Amino acid sequence: MQFSFSDEQDQFRAIIQRFLREKSPTTEVRRLMATERGYDSEIWRQLAEQLGLPAIHIPEIHGGSGFGPVELCIVMEEFGRYLLCAPYFASSVLATTAIMNGATAAEQAELLPPIASGERIATLAFTEPNGRWDATGVELTADLAGGDYLLSGTKSFVLDGCSAELLIVVAREPGTSGSQGLSFFRVEPDAAGLVREQLQSMDATRKLARLTFTNTPGILLGELGSAAAALSRTLSLAAIALANEMVGGAQALLDSAVSYAKMRVQFGRTIGSFQAIKHKCADMLLEVESAKSAAYYAAQAAADNDSDLPALASLAKACASDAYMHTAANCIQIHGGIGFTWENDTHLWFKRAKSSEVFLGDPSYHRELLMQNREL
Amino acid sequence: MAESNNMSNYDEASLRAEVTAWLAANWDPQLSLIDWRTRLTESGWAMPQWPAQWYGKGVSAQLAAVVAEEFAAVNALGVASGGPGRLAAVTILEHGSDAQKAQYLQRILTGEDAWCQLFSEPGSGSDLAGSTTRADFDGSQWLINGQKVWTTSAHHATYGLLVARTDWDVPKHQGLSYFVLDMQQPGVEVHQLRQMNGHASFNEVFFTDARIAADQVLSNVGNGWQVALTTLAHERRLADVLRATAARSKLEGPIYEEERAETAIVMEPYQWYPQRAGRVDLVGARAKSTGAINDPAIRQEIAKLLIMSQTAEWTARRARAAQEHGRPQGPEGSLGKLASSNVARAASHVHTLISGADAMLTGSDSPLDGIIAEILVSVPAISIAGGTDEIQRNIIAERVLGMAKEPRADTGPFRDVPKNTV
Ligand SMILES: Cc1cc2nc3c(=O)[nH]c(=O)nc-3n(C[C@H](O)[C@H](O)[C@H](O)COP(=O)(O)OP(=O)(O)OC[C@H]3O[C@@H](n4cnc5c(N)ncnc54)[C@H](O)[C@@H]3O)c2cc1C
Repeated sequence: MQFSFSDEQDQFRAIIQRFLREKSPTTEVRRLMATERGYDSEIWRQLAEQLGLPAIHIPEIHGGSGFGPVELCIVMEEFGRYLLCAPYFASSVLATTAIMNGATAAEQAELLPPIASGERIATLAFTEPNGRWDATGVELTADLAGGDYLLSGTKSFVLDGCSAELLIVVAREPGTSGSQGLSFFRVEPDAAGLVREQLQSMDATRKLARLTFTNTPGILLGELGSAAAALSRTLSLAAIALANEMVGGAQALLDSAVSYAKMRVQFGRTIGSFQAIKHKCADMLLEVESAKSAAYYAAQAAADNDSDLPALASLAKACASDAYMHTAANCIQIHGGIGFTWENDTHLWFKRAKSSEVFLGDPSYHRELLMQNREL
Repeated sequence: MAESNNMSNYDEASLRAEVTAWLAANWDPQLSLIDWRTRLTESGWAMPQWPAQWYGKGVSAQLAAVVAEEFAAVNALGVASGGPGRLAAVTILEHGSDAQKAQYLQRILTGEDAWCQLFSEPGSGSDLAGSTTRADFDGSQWLINGQKVWTTSAHHATYGLLVARTDWDVPKHQGLSYFVLDMQQPGVEVHQLRQMNGHASFNEVFFTDARIAADQVLSNVGNGWQVALTTLAHERRLADVLRATAARSKLEGPIYEEERAETAIVMEPYQWYPQRAGRVDLVGARAKSTGAINDPAIRQEIAKLLIMSQTAEWTARRARAAQEHGRPQGPEGSLGKLASSNVARAASHVHTLISGADAMLTGSDSPLDGIIAEILVSVPAISIAGGTDEIQRNIIAERVLGMAKEPRADTGPFRDVPKNTV
């Protein structure tokens, strides 16, 4: 197991940071989060053309750069730190991973190149209004009617579901339950019987949608009825990517809290000179570094095809969720009243922390998965 | 002006008889709110605990409760009670000159004038006495320059209670003075401040050569901190006001509608306050309706929350009971604020667990038409507003447990005390 980043990886991180410092200041975050689509297509184009980020973990034969989960997670950590508004998690993490895990080689050859180049933005629609984050929560059905599959049901909490140009949908064969009978389908955004509605998300930097399917045509990806394992692998990697995004955000909040505590004066001294504040900051550092250890370890484990991946993914997700929420609440607290205002940037991360806490399953859900998947 | 009875003239029975008779003769729901309250203040039944020459009867708290009972029995309305006006009234009553009392008190009680409290500044929050808004006497009047923040209701206030620095060469508490400021003048600029939960309950108030006449200092120049302590000691529980008006919410008639309209304006900035306390009351129904009640992990968290909020409630009851029986309050009296922060945070956590993926939504897409989202983004305020958790812990440790204070860095002349540069 690798416990440090290579020089090349550090350089890669530095390049991304430079890009984000310039392109994603919080003034931009605020501008974009107020738009319906939530991102700037010019920035997305630069991100793809100059940095090749949507291609990062896609194999070279499909137009990607052939890096792996560790590099993907470096990108995620920096996006989390800068709160970049872009459909990256939807397209490059969720949809790309689902296609890589669940589609045939021929389908991958068709679908992945435009995603890698950033020309096509995809998303994965698997959660439903029941809010469950596993395969067994899928109720949307795919019926075979004269050689075509027709999908009926509702997906919810679909990331960038309204703006995505390609939908990868998880559906089940009627009459099946649990992890049986699940398949991936690709659905075009203008498909018949598809209604896409934006949901009002607390974290305005993450656009969520509800998609209603009524006999909507879908094209099967991979083998019929065998998507459960691929979906589960996809969700493990997604949880790891999210954990890395969260530790980046938590670090940004910690930095902000510490620098404010060093500057803000009350009672004739900096508030950071009060032990109450100092200890809070030290505890935050411990929590953030622990969460980083978990997130980095899990990313490396994904790169190594570790058989313990589901447990490690859950460990990282649970740990990072708690660390992010605690850091966010503490960062507001240390800022005092100003930290509760709209003008102050802290709430942007606080809301991201809140939505990330439950996205892909909350910490108690993942702690339970850890217990189920880990040999004690 | 009211007949000048004093405390010794009443026992419970005679007081009850007199107030009942007065109400029978004078309570008239057909009057306008202001007319009724004018009649009420002049009778002395408006503020029974206050001295007879200032709209009261000079009776004890216990007897004042009897008056309140009789008012409630006939649904008679009291004086304007919500918002900072009440704070202004008690402060002026205690520290004002007779001329100031005559100028301000009645119109506060009738609700004709609205007030705001100009204490906190960008540079001084926890350290309220570190105020750097300056008041300079130009020979005939005071000129005010500086900035206040978190000022609730400043945007419709007629007057403000202002703490400003009049002497920079003495230790910080000694250089403050307390003024009545006319808010409706060119040197006063009010900007609404938006919070992270989307509401705009507060204002920033900027002073550029704002003017205050020489006779508008409360108490003496340099005694502002003592006066401010009176105001702070009376910061009333909003919940009481809300409860009182809620109790009359079904009553019909123009005077009640007038009162409801007044309350709606005064209470508008506080709409989200129940949410910042975590809404423990919603947990049971939410857990049942979502099925989360069957999840063993969530059950544990709900149980922890219930223990926390029940014990906080009982601790507060113990404090109140001690007070009512005239016994000295024990340590329990200082713990409520800190306990309420813990309860609110735990409640926010439990609402997140119960709501699951729905916790990502806001507005009408969020459960209970947005209330759940509002809880999640409002709870961070409770551990800051009205004195932060850290300050509460200091107070508890130092005043209740008698632990030594940290060495101070702000005891010399205020001019030399390190301050915020921005
Ligand atoms: C919702 C809300 C409502 C409010 N309502 C009002 C109102 O009606 N009227 C009004 O005047 N103000 C109001 N305020 C302002 C509030 O009183 C202040 O925000 C609060 O007192 C903290 O001051 P500050 O914001 O300047 O933070 P600071 O005092 O700068 O505090 C920053 C951090 O330093 C910590 N700190 C400061 N001193 C110490 C110490 N000695 N030891 C340890 N830690 C310390 C604090 O705990 C906090 O974590 C409100 C604020 C909010 C958020």
